[in-house]
Amino acid sequence: MAYFDAASTEPLHPQAREALLAAIDVGWADPARLYGQARRAHLLLEQARTEVAEALGARPDEVSFTSSGTQAVHLGVLGTIQGRRRVGRHLVTSAVEHSSVLHAAALHERDGGTVEAVGVDRAGRVDLEAFTEAVARPDTALACLQTANHEVGTLQPVAEAAAACRRNGVPLLVDAAQTAGRMPVPGGWSVLTASAHKWGGPPGVGVLAVRKGTRFRSFVPEDEREGRRVPGFENVPGIVAAAAALRAMAAEASRERSRLSALVDRIRETVPKVVPDVEVIGDPVERAPHIVTFSCLYVDGEVLLTELDKAGFAVSSGSSCTASTLRPSHVLEAMGVLTHGNVRVSLPRGASAAEVDRFLAVLPELVRRIRQDAGVA
Amino acid sequence: MTEATQPALTIDALGKKCPIPIIMLAEQINHIPLNAVVAVLADDPAAFTDVPAWCRLKSHRHVGSYELPQGGWAIHVRRNY
Repeated sequence: MAYFDAASTEPLHPQAREALLAAIDVGWADPARLYGQARRAHLLLEQARTEVAEALGARPDEVSFTSSGTQAVHLGVLGTIQGRRRVGRHLVTSAVEHSSVLHAAALHERDGGTVEAVGVDRAGRVDLEAFTEAVARPDTALACLQTANHEVGTLQPVAEAAAACRRNGVPLLVDAAQTAGRMPVPGGWSVLTASAHKWGGPPGVGVLAVRKGTRFRSFVPEDEREGRRVPGFENVPGIVAAAAALRAMAAEASRERSRLSALVDRIRETVPKVVPDVEVIGDPVERAPHIVTFSCLYVDGEVLLTELDKAGFAVSSGSSCTASTLRPSHVLEAMGVLTHGNVRVSLPRGASAAEVDRFLAVLPELVRRIRQDAGVA
Repeated sequence: MTEATQPALTIDALGKKCPIPIIMLAEQINHIPLNAVVAVLADDPAAFTDVPAWCRLKSHRHVGSYELPQGGWAIHVRRNY
């Protein structure tokens, strides 16, 4: 089985597995207590925090661990808005943010706040001019922008957006879920979120970093844990494993990045040559190294995913028929590209050229057969 | 509603899920004269994005999408070639 769905989750890195097993044995105690086992757990937790902070360009005391990337986004968005409630209640995002951002925005709206989702171009890149204009609105409490889009891989102009936010004194939440551990984190963020299982860590660990000087007030009941930003008992073994994975991924990142990116280039170039009526979407150059998405005209995305699964390929799709909702992906809609017959290939660490070539060899016949069965000449 | 033209053909794809409305459109667009308009009636939200995207890929012209009182849209496409 070729696993090509790293953008959903990266398989556990072997070094993370090792660290997890070790930390379950020695890091299980309550890190907030004062006896030997507790001090041990506390030490492991703080070492992990220092490592993760360094890898993401933060200070250790700016970093809190959450139970997921989604939770980090929810707490980050709503906590920053809460901290800035005297300034105003306006939230700016791009139209192609992860659903966790959009869901937090919807809650903020139900709570009486206002939201502007700035549009994107055909490649999925946010309209920088419109974004710049949007954050200039005087009652803007927060702006949110992802580092790279999770469905099509396009990189967002985070540095330019951060500069616009800084000029207006508006904090910027950067969702680095798709690139943390794979690419350097762009500077200029006020709040940073990420998810460990996307960089080869275990599930159940997210990162919420809040820059010193950023006004923040927890949206949920507080306790003494994680700088009062995230309530509840820390998952110390998971956090230790997450730090080990990030260290291992970062060490390999520059080599693996160019290797996977070359495989993505191969897919981007080959698919339109071997499959008629196909659109490769997302930016061909300014993109995450491991993600490529294309849409096949006249093809039911669910049928194609099922056939690819039978042929031994695990991929994902933004087509509505493959999701639990009736709506197609809000990302593809915002880009104005085909939403049906959509396939996202996202290569995990170590994905081989042979697997990619086999994918490119079986795809044309699968698409041809599905079209034939649907009565398309 | 600019460029309003009485459709030469109406394709009823109401209740049909994408890609079926697009398949019907691709099959039937050649049944209308050049520069005539075909109206695709569809209520799958995907069709609202996919018909204009199909026009772009196939170099036909998306004239406009008009909401239907019963839900869904009449999506007008002008045959270019």
